Amino acid sequence: MNGRDLILSRVRAAIAGSPPPVTPTPAINRVWEGDREAMVERFLDRLRDYNVGVTRTSGTVAPALAGILAGRGIDRLAVPTDLPAEWRPDGVALVPDDNLPHGALNAIPGALTGAALAIAETGSIVLDGGAAQGRRALTLLPDYHLCVVRAEQLVGLVPEAIAALVPNRPITFCSGPSATADIELDRVVGVHGPRRLDVLFVG
Amino acid sequence: MRVSLFITCINDSLFPDTGRAVVRVLERLGHQVEFPLAQTCCGQMHHNSGYHDDAVGLVRRFVDTFQDAEAIVIPSTSCTAMVRGQYPYLAQHVAKDEGLLRAVEAMAPRVFEFSEFLTQKLGLSDVGAYYPHRVTYHSSCNSLRSLNLGDGPLTLLRHVSGIDLVELPNNRECCGFGGTFAVKNAETSTAMLTDKMRHILSTGAEICTAGDNSCLMHIGGGLSRQRTGVRTVHLAQILASTAEEPWA
Amino acid sequence: MSTNFPTRAADGLRNTQQRRNLAKATNTIRGKTAKVTAELPDWEALREAGKAIKREAHAKLDQYLLQLEEMVTKAGGHVHWAADAAEAREIIVRLTRQAGTDQVIKIKSMTTDEIELNPALEEAGIRPYETDLADMIVQMAKERPSHLLVPAIHKNRVEIRDLFRAEMGEHGTGLSDRPPDLTRAARAYLRQKFMETKVAISGANFAVAETGTVGVVESEGNGRMCLTLPQVLISIMGIEKVLPRFDDLSVFLQLLPRAATGERMNPYNSLWTGVHAGDGPCEFHLVLLDNGRSKILADEVARETLHCIRCSRCLNVCPVYERAGGHAYDSMYQGPIGAIVTPQLRGLEEAGSLPYASSLCGACHEVCPVKINIPQILVHLRGRVVREGHAGKGEALAMGVAARMFGNQGALDWSLWAGRLGQKLLMRDGTLPWLPPPLSGWTLSRDFPALPEQSFRDWWQKREDK
Repeated sequence: MNGRDLILSRVRAAIAGSPPPVTPTPAINRVWEGDREAMVERFLDRLRDYNVGVTRTSGTVAPALAGILAGRGIDRLAVPTDLPAEWRPDGVALVPDDNLPHGALNAIPGALTGAALAIAETGSIVLDGGAAQGRRALTLLPDYHLCVVRAEQLVGLVPEAIAALVPNRPITFCSGPSATADIELDRVVGVHGPRRLDVLFVG
Repeated sequence: MRVSLFITCINDSLFPDTGRAVVRVLERLGHQVEFPLAQTCCGQMHHNSGYHDDAVGLVRRFVDTFQDAEAIVIPSTSCTAMVRGQYPYLAQHVAKDEGLLRAVEAMAPRVFEFSEFLTQKLGLSDVGAYYPHRVTYHSSCNSLRSLNLGDGPLTLLRHVSGIDLVELPNNRECCGFGGTFAVKNAETSTAMLTDKMRHILSTGAEICTAGDNSCLMHIGGGLSRQRTGVRTVHLAQILASTAEEPWA
Repeated sequence: MSTNFPTRAADGLRNTQQRRNLAKATNTIRGKTAKVTAELPDWEALREAGKAIKREAHAKLDQYLLQLEEMVTKAGGHVHWAADAAEAREIIVRLTRQAGTDQVIKIKSMTTDEIELNPALEEAGIRPYETDLADMIVQMAKERPSHLLVPAIHKNRVEIRDLFRAEMGEHGTGLSDRPPDLTRAARAYLRQKFMETKVAISGANFAVAETGTVGVVESEGNGRMCLTLPQVLISIMGIEKVLPRFDDLSVFLQLLPRAATGERMNPYNSLWTGVHAGDGPCEFHLVLLDNGRSKILADEVARETLHCIRCSRCLNVCPVYERAGGHAYDSMYQGPIGAIVTPQLRGLEEAGSLPYASSLCGACHEVCPVKINIPQILVHLRGRVVREGHAGKGEALAMGVAARMFGNQGALDWSLWAGRLGQKLLMRDGTLPWLPPPLSGWTLSRDFPALPEQSFRDWWQKREDK
């Protein structure tokens, strides 16, 4: 018998005779209860809690981005090939990630992308390789990630995000910059992933 | 009410004062206490050590002895947890006896830990006790997590006149008794006990009380070995004590 | 030669550094997890939902595994089935060789520890690099992990600095012992490995039958590196980790981070489904491992063990773990969950002391995010230890005597009479400061109360006679 048949027969023997469980699915909270502005506030608070740089704008995106980047001293960014035209900050060299070799991507100090959606309760931005996001390596190798989140992309709770995501895409949840507490449980921000994460919230 | 007392083997043999105190409190409150002589042990030691067939024999004895009782009162949190929480397991998975399972499940709502009987069945918080000592209370793990007695025992203590009740730091942590754990893993058990004693001594109490004499035997054995001068006294003995008839 | 838990625990109890680290670490995590679990109004409902989903997944495990295989394959991945550790090792070594490489990067995986993959890779001439910071520390020190999530919790910063100075070449030169500096050195040391290594090996936190989606939850970004940069990704997962539906992630992505590290969300979650053109590995293999899990599933009481999501919250609240330390459990699974998993995976003959490594205080059950009744399973396994004849003969004899003593009232009265007579030899100041084996463990640190002259029963009967 091969491994597959052996495992399946063992599993079937193990569960034979046990009645299927009749546990009603307990009702978890599925939607944000509360007003929209409170949701935005929650999101921005959570981000700050992770040491994420937070900027909010209701105006045009490019000048806001330019301001953030000037503050960080970054003048060169890797970007997805479909970066929206209105996100191009002045004075910053943009390198489209047209399947750049990993070494080349690694040498660029930062990346600018959008997101698929964001979750207020956990302060997470979620990427799925869709519009304005590029491939996963783009937001991984550069040491800095600047992410634009539009108001309509924000959901309140984790279940809302799961419901909205398309499963067969490459999905990454980012909740703050990479971190570790492996040495004496001292939290150190910035390990292998980007050491800094900034979010521009538009709306 | 007619109350059937299950004294437990450890109280019967090593801590008879606890049983006498329970009788005194219940009679003072106007209840009739009976003590079925056929009782021996709930089977907890055998059960927790893995001797489940022996434990089943003691489950049957308990059921035969107490199944007609109106209320069964047990001055031990761990033995109460055994009867209510573990008898169904033994009946279902070890004895595989449907009749026994029905019997233990039918009996469970009539089984009460002593303080639980006072606070929840009788709805009392003041039982007229007087105890002029500095006391700290150790909530046993079974009281907290199996029986969910919450603040019940502390409520009774707060209503004792003359008492100087001091909170025990880190009260939710186990004292390290754990039945045969105290012997099989004596060194780990001792490390847990050492921390528990440190917290008890930090309160400056003269008495450490609890609803379970097995925790208290362990804690008290350590306090005695260290010559701390702090004693352990079962909750029932504090509640039995009055100005007219003080309990040592 | 296998020692038992009490002996190994004694080593841990004497390790001052470890006890300090553990007390500090577990105390910190306890506070964080308590805070972030309390702030979710539906935390209890999430725990119930987690338990219900696991039950359902396991009740139809064969169907969900087949569905998972179908969906992963449809998405361009390959599924392999390993009945035991040897088969799993053989599959992974073969796949790595086929990729034509002599080194692999690894992301934290308890399952690869369980199947002892690293020695097998080394034997095949393949060098495995652990990339999780703590796993790398443990690997460099040639030690074993002592905590599910914080494997190097037993080491301090000076020990780690010395290790990095010795093992990291230029990246370790002149290194300080500040955690940020140590972390930066690890980043620099591993970056080139991430970019040049062709094959990565990972575990998996869950896999969704409905869609074929596999997920890894992590903090450092080493996981993303492994899952994204190499050409070939091999993920190994215990069969119990399968979830029926994509929506079930709504529950587990809330339970796991809050229970594990006390975060609202851990820094990174990666979800992938087969291979994604132009993004990440071009070859994906999922190895489904049984290795004793189906045997656990067959035990009606103990099958709940398989609900475990490896959050390690039970370790962090366990008073025994905090004092004895992770190495006392002699396994990659430590603490309360280890005390029930390891004996079931390895057998009670070898690991029969583990179910007794608990005072049954219930703190683990109280906080478990999927409500595994660990104390009940410990007691259940103790029953199996005795039934299968692995208990000590002396103990079995004593328990038999005690059972007869409690079997009828006359025997109990006689025993008490004999006890009162016997204790006269040992009594000092009303207590017994010394008892013979097997009770000598008690009197190591505690006096034993002497039997009073009158039992409660005697008192009652005298009172009734009046």
